[in-house]
Order: sequence, then C-alpha cells, then structure tokens
Amino acid sequence: MQRSPLYTILFATAVCIVCAIVVSASAVSLKERQDINAALDKQRNVLQAAGLMEPKEKLDAQEVAKRFENVEMEVIDLATGEPAPDIDPNTFNQAREAKDPATSTAAPPNPSLVKRTPNHALVYKVLGDDGRIESLVLPIEGYGLWKFLYGFIAIEDDLNTVRGITFYKHGETPGLGGEVDNPRWKSRWVGRKVFGDDGEPKIEVIKGFAPPPAEAPYEVDGLSGATLTSRGVTNLVHFWLGENGFRPYLENIEQREAG
Amino acid sequence: MTSHQREALVDPLFNNNPIALQVLGICSALAVTTRMDTSLVMSIAVICVLTLSNVFISLLRDSIPTNIRIIVQLTIIASLVIVTDQILKAYLPDISKQLSVFVGLIITNCIIMGRAEAYAMANPPGMSFLDGIGNGLGYAAILMLTAFLREFFGSGRLFGKEVLPLVSEGGWYNPNGLMLLSPSAFFIIGILIWGLRVWKPDQIEED
Repeated sequence: MQRSPLYTILFATAVCIVCAIVVSASAVSLKERQDINAALDKQRNVLQAAGLMEPKEKLDAQEVAKRFENVEMEVIDLATGEPAPDIDPNTFNQAREAKDPATSTAAPPNPSLVKRTPNHALVYKVLGDDGRIESLVLPIEGYGLWKFLYGFIAIEDDLNTVRGITFYKHGETPGLGGEVDNPRWKSRWVGRKVFGDDGEPKIEVIKGFAPPPAEAPYEVDGLSGATLTSRGVTNLVHFWLGENGFRPYLENIEQREAG
Repeated sequence: MTSHQREALVDPLFNNNPIALQVLGICSALAVTTRMDTSLVMSIAVICVLTLSNVFISLLRDSIPTNIRIIVQLTIIASLVIVTDQILKAYLPDISKQLSVFVGLIITNCIIMGRAEAYAMANPPGMSFLDGIGNGLGYAAILMLTAFLREFFGSGRLFGKEVLPLVSEGGWYNPNGLMLLSPSAFFIIGILIWGLRVWKPDQIEED
C-alpha cells in the first residue's frame, strides 16, 4: 500500500519506540538474574582453575558456596604486591577500577593490548586445613584474535607450577580459538612451570603437541587452526604474571613465606 | 480445525519443509546440531520467534507502508531475538553459553524473514500463528534428527547422556570425529532431502 511520507515516518517511529521499550524492559528486568549467573560462573571458573571442581561437574549456587569456604578473597595493591585490607573484596570491582583513570595506571605497550592496569586486583587464595596457601588463583585477561579473553590461572604454593587455567569469557571462533575453554586443552597446562631460571615468565603455547610436563615444563600444546589465539594466551599469561601484573605480589608472598 | 488450518500447521513438516524443500536456515542447522540439548533450545527459540514475528507482522500487515516493510519486519524480528537471548541468558546460562552467537543470528535465519514476507504479510494473524508454529516445527524436526545422528555417532551420547561407551573411557565405541564437524551436517541434511524426495517425488525440482 502506498502511503504518504509523513505516515511512513510516523509509522517507523512508532515501531522503533515500541520495540525499544520492549527490548530495554527485558534487558533491565532480567539484568539482576544475569548478573547472579555471571558471578556464579566466575566462581565456578575459580574453582575449576584451582582444581576444586571437575570441568563437567554441575554445581548449584549452594555447592559453589560450600567449596568456596576454603577460598579466601583478597584485594591487593598490584604495584607493591601488598594486601589492601581496607577494600572489601565482595564489593570490589576490578573491571570498573581498570577503566577509571583515577584508580588505574597506564600500562606500557604490550601485545595483549591491556591499556590500563587497575591499582588493585582481586586474588583468590585456596587455603589448606592448616591455613597455609595451597594455591593462588589470579585473574588474567588480554587480546586473542577477535576480542579480550577473560579467565583465571591457578598456581601451586611453589609459586611457579600451574594448577589450572580457565577462560570464562571470550569471543574466539567456535571450534578453533574457542577451544580455549575445552577441558582437554586446559588440562594440558597442569603441572607446567611459569617462570624460567631468570624469573621471567617463560611458559609458551607452542605449535603442535608438547611432551609431558617433566620433559617440556615450559611448553603447552597449541590450538590447531588458532595460531593467533594461542599467541594471545601466551602474551596475556606473560603480561599478568610479569612485572606489571602479579609478579610483585608473588615475590611478596615468597618473602613472607620464607620469613 | 478446518483443512485449511491443518494445512498451514502440518504442511511445513514434510510437504513444504523450510530446510529440506525451501533450503532456508541451513547456517544454524550446521552450527548447533552437535548436541541434542542445544538443538532443542535453538528449536524452541526459533519456534517462539517465528510464531510471534508472524503474528505481529500479520497484525500490522495492513498498516505497514510497502516501501519500508522489510526494515519494519527486521526491527520486529530483531527485537524478539534480543528478548529471547536475554531470557536464555537469565534462565539457561549454560546452554546460552554454548549457543553463543547463534541465538543472535536467529535474526538472519532466512526462515523467519521468509515466512514474514511470504505468509504473514498476506494472511490473518490466526493463520500466521499456525504457519509460524508449523514452519518452526519443520525446522525443529530436521534439526533434532540431524543432532540425533551427529551426537549419537559423533560422541556416543544423546542429550549429553552416554549411550555408547567410548573407547577413550574404557568402552568399545570409537566415535566418528567427522560427525562433530560442520560438513557432516551437510551430508546428513543432503541425505535427508534425498530420502524425503524419494518418499514424496513431487518435491523433485525439474531441470
């Protein structure tokens, strides 16, 4: 049906307004539930990285909370590596802090394209029954091929051996780079060493298969068909375990444990 | 139910199947059919979006100005898809994560635009509703069948439950890895189309 231009414009406007209201209403009303899911998913990933949960296990919120009893959250000062006890870890938002120029520091140019590091970071300490640290779960993020990957890396109490790695949010190609969340690939990280003899991060995602950790402590199998994602993972691990990331914190713990 | 109504509902299942005869919506049929549970959620999502878009577009069919009808249809479909995606994220977070971008890509599923343009623009809401459900079910039927074959032979499972014990876990079944890759869906859908046309020769296109 041919209509006047005015009618067409009014009709289009009306359709847009109605659709916009429906879309925003659904987004706002479901936001709370989605946030709860996202927080739970993050906690599950912390547990998975620390080896406290099998990748295929389905845990409800209660079970997650129960397994979190041995996990202590701590906000630390990234530059000094000292704990920041006056910040409540439950309300601390690292992503927001990293965005705000007042609470973050410009990062030197790096291949992970991290522009600013937050002044504080949230770490998870898995404690044994005697209260000693069994492993540390540290947040990591950086550019892969398409987008930022967000995840956790867990290291053992020797502050060098990988206990696990997970990615809870990424935009890599399903089936190729998207295999970063494949449990089989993630299990290839377990037992590898992060730091070389000079104290710099040395672990690397190589091309092809890597021999078992005893023979090749610094190599992890590559993701076939996803060279750039593999390289991205290497870069982001190096960045966050390096001097601009958690290195001061790890040194700090080492001193405290020794002393 | 009149024969006319029954036709709108049942015809798309075998006689005028959106995937097998109209060859629409192939992209998502390749992508999400490695597992039956993701296929089921995808099917339900498509049925909901398709039915609602058909009804809304049919309600508006006499007032939509012809020259902007495609973009109006697209706006309605896109809104419905976003709402569906939000609901999945809130209530089925695990499945939503596995379906990743493919829920959003329902917008580009040609079946929905196709039915809006070909049917809902010319028929009353009641009939469009039935047509939407019928075509959605036709899509779902092919999707579930493909997913059944792919999950069964590709990973020895159905709905994530082990059916054939795998060699890697101490059983006897050596899974067919090709079934987990997209090309296998091409083969399966091709064979399904072939079978359907042997059964109903009037679907064979003339050269």
